[in-house]
Amino acid sequence: MATRDWLLDDSPSSRWQANAGRAYRVFTALLRNPLSVVGGVIIIVLILTAILAPWLAPYSATGQDLANRLAPPSSLHWMGTDELGRDIFSRVIWGSQITLTIVLLVALISAPLGLLVGAVSGYFGGWTDRLLMGFTDIFLSMPKLILALAFVAALGPGINNAIIAIAITSWPAYARIARAETLTIRNAEFIAAVRLQGASPLRVIVQHVLPLCTSSMIIRVTLDMAGVILTAAGLGFIGLGAQPPLPEWGAMISRGRTFILDQWWVATMPGFAIIIVSLGFCFLGDGLRDVLDPKSEGK
Amino acid sequence: MSLEPQIAMSPTPVAPSRRKWGRGLSATVGFVATVFLTFLGLLAITFFIGRVIPIDPVLAVVGDRASNEVYEAARVAMGLDQPLPVQFFHYVVNVFSGDLGQSVSTGRPVVEDLSRFFPATLEMATIGIIIGVALGVPLGVIAASRQGSVIDQIIRVVGLLGYSMPAFWLGLVGLALFYARLRWVGGPGRLDIFYDGLVEPVTGLLLVDSLIKGEFEIFWNAVHHLILPASVLGFFSLAYIARMTRSFMLDQLSQEFVTTARVKGVPERVVIWRHAFNPIRVPLITVIGLSYAGLLEGSVMIETVFSWPGIGNYLTTALLNADMNAVLGSTLVIGAVFIFINKISDVLYRVLDPRAR
Amino acid sequence: MAPMLEVKNLRVSFPTHRGRVEVVKGISFDLGRERLGIVGESGSGKSMTGRAILKLIRKPGLVTADRLAFEGVDILRQSEKQMRSIRGARISMVMQDPKFSLNPVMTVGEQIAEALVTHEKLPRREVNERILTMLEAVRINDPKRVAGLYPHEVSGGMGQRVMIAMMLIPGPELLIADEPTSALDVSVQAQVLDIIDDLVTTKGMGLILISHDLNLVSRYCDRILVMNSGTVVEECAAGELDSARHPYTRGLLAAMPTIDESRDELPVLDRSQWAGT
Repeated sequence: MATRDWLLDDSPSSRWQANAGRAYRVFTALLRNPLSVVGGVIIIVLILTAILAPWLAPYSATGQDLANRLAPPSSLHWMGTDELGRDIFSRVIWGSQITLTIVLLVALISAPLGLLVGAVSGYFGGWTDRLLMGFTDIFLSMPKLILALAFVAALGPGINNAIIAIAITSWPAYARIARAETLTIRNAEFIAAVRLQGASPLRVIVQHVLPLCTSSMIIRVTLDMAGVILTAAGLGFIGLGAQPPLPEWGAMISRGRTFILDQWWVATMPGFAIIIVSLGFCFLGDGLRDVLDPKSEGK
Repeated sequence: MSLEPQIAMSPTPVAPSRRKWGRGLSATVGFVATVFLTFLGLLAITFFIGRVIPIDPVLAVVGDRASNEVYEAARVAMGLDQPLPVQFFHYVVNVFSGDLGQSVSTGRPVVEDLSRFFPATLEMATIGIIIGVALGVPLGVIAASRQGSVIDQIIRVVGLLGYSMPAFWLGLVGLALFYARLRWVGGPGRLDIFYDGLVEPVTGLLLVDSLIKGEFEIFWNAVHHLILPASVLGFFSLAYIARMTRSFMLDQLSQEFVTTARVKGVPERVVIWRHAFNPIRVPLITVIGLSYAGLLEGSVMIETVFSWPGIGNYLTTALLNADMNAVLGSTLVIGAVFIFINKISDVLYRVLDPRAR
Repeated sequence: MAPMLEVKNLRVSFPTHRGRVEVVKGISFDLGRERLGIVGESGSGKSMTGRAILKLIRKPGLVTADRLAFEGVDILRQSEKQMRSIRGARISMVMQDPKFSLNPVMTVGEQIAEALVTHEKLPRREVNERILTMLEAVRINDPKRVAGLYPHEVSGGMGQRVMIAMMLIPGPELLIADEPTSALDVSVQAQVLDIIDDLVTTKGMGLILISHDLNLVSRYCDRILVMNSGTVVEECAAGELDSARHPYTRGLLAAMPTIDESRDELPVLDRSQWAGT
């Protein structure tokens, strides 16, 4: 109880206490929303699965068993086996590592990049703003998937290039948000105060502007993750993303395409994994938005 | 499929201007200028992808077994010996004169290929958007007018599924269920194999062509083949349109003038459709436009699944063959359509909303 | 004769994280064919009272009352459908800001016509005539032109007159005016109130004027209810306001500046005096 009081203290005595208190309030508000709890649980399960894959997967992801190929789901192989006799359930579990890696890397590349472009653009205004935003808008007015496809085509197939291509197509949306936020913060009194103390633009942006953009950024990134997963799976499906024998979910669906009419499970099972994980991010993102930004409900 | 709305819900009211003509003219010029600039940006991106990223674009064309002379000739022929800005200038001139280069895999000019494949995509996306609008708008309205009810929750989950389900997967599952198992619909392709080529293309849209020729059997066969891929596309636009409609409607239903209508004793049905729905028709057009453009993009995956001879299928085939001219050509066309629809719905918005007139 | 409107122990509540919160806490009053003013600061529950009478409080809001009757009809027992024949036709309401309370994409004429034809089936020509007469009655000089305008094309004062025309055209017996002038320029406030007053008096209607402006209410009403945090703290005839006893009312009165002001500072409301009540 004492910890709770400390967290909910109306006049926190340190920045750390204030941040912890805010995080705690967001957390309890999220717990009140059943869908965001479901989303959070899904994402925690995804992370645990990725970490514990070697212990959770009953079979190897690449070990072939040709005698047992295209076996329907059974108690031995919960999701059946594929055309090389590999256990689909195990491959789905190992595949969570790939999905998690993609999602994390895309977020780590595109969010800071967009944040920086947007903050610089909004903070300096004028020609810097026009130039950077013009560039951003051109990217925004392009279909994301097609752009990513074209980039991968030029870079060459493979999971690393897929990640780069997705990140390149994702940052503009973040730049837009960061710019809008910066514009509202830029003229605030406290920014003027910091500037009067002699802070450089770099310091103002990094120390004072960026932290205030993070909450809307977190919402957006979480909501976008579903799209990232789908694009990555799409690239894998076309054959431009993760290459065999990597157990990437999209690529697995692509392999199962040949057998879809008779051995439906080969293509169907990895699809469920994609849907559940994407839904998880959607739910959590929706919940985060309701808590952090209640005004924009449903948009 | 990612369809991200970039729309403002309430445009700043423009004061009625006396010099309407002058304003109209400058608006038109401004419109053409932004479309042109965005298109130029698009060209810059495709140019960048095609000429700058590949370590050696010549190698991609001639192959790695070409002799030095062949290689050098190709390099000069492609204009690669000139500085980048000059190359870009030539590229822009070529595109505007309708030259997108040769496709390595089909051996025909890319423009010719694209005009042959585009109608199939257009047909599918159009039927898709019709399904999406016909179901998505009413569902969104119902969800908003019964906010929090079971129906609202169901529509919400359907909407989220549209954001989290891979289109290609839904297509495959649809094929397995409705074609292989239930035999309700035709399989991959636009027609059964024995109908293929019987109808001379006029518009390239099979539904239209077969009706013009009075070939009703072929028409029904085309419908059988089209209905599943179009429904899959329709599902995604439905999810998006329903979600946006719901959110627009909730916004309107909380407005004071809706209360005014209720005070007047107007029946709830009229309150919802006349007072809450009418004002959102204009922003909905933008949403539908975006969704339509999004379907052209989504058709890339769907066409691959359904072996649909459209632009998406052409693009993926080109991708796998590293046929860069074809890839960039398709990217350019889809991107241009995307930009165009975007800007058009922007303009429609301004023309149709009495507040912005 | 029974009063036109009877209100006994009316309560309105809304759910929040911390349980239900009552915004109207059991108020009672009767209303005949007279002009009643309800005064209170924002959040005092005066607007919710007006909306509760029209049964416009939507879920999850909850309205209860020992009795809430209009001409002997129990409002809380009416179905939505029955309510619709009361709303507009027998009780109607003028709202605060015409910028928000008029539909932005319907012309003024269409909106007034809707109020009329919802309750009376009339031929098109007669509808048009009635609209023009009504617009004239609210002192709009050029009714034909105004009827064809969109709300964003008319001024605030004109918008509010349109609103009044729309609410009075079906001929209701009771008009609730919820802060009808607080969104308007000071220069047109009196004009709009004069129009309401004029029409209400000549048609012999009842009026509930909801406002935060004590002065204004005492000028246009016969009787005054003073509300504070959901309860009625004072009820008196408009002329007897000076002899009001409740500390809240006295505080409000004291805070009003006069034209020949001699005080250096206006007093601030001292809430501790009635906080216990």
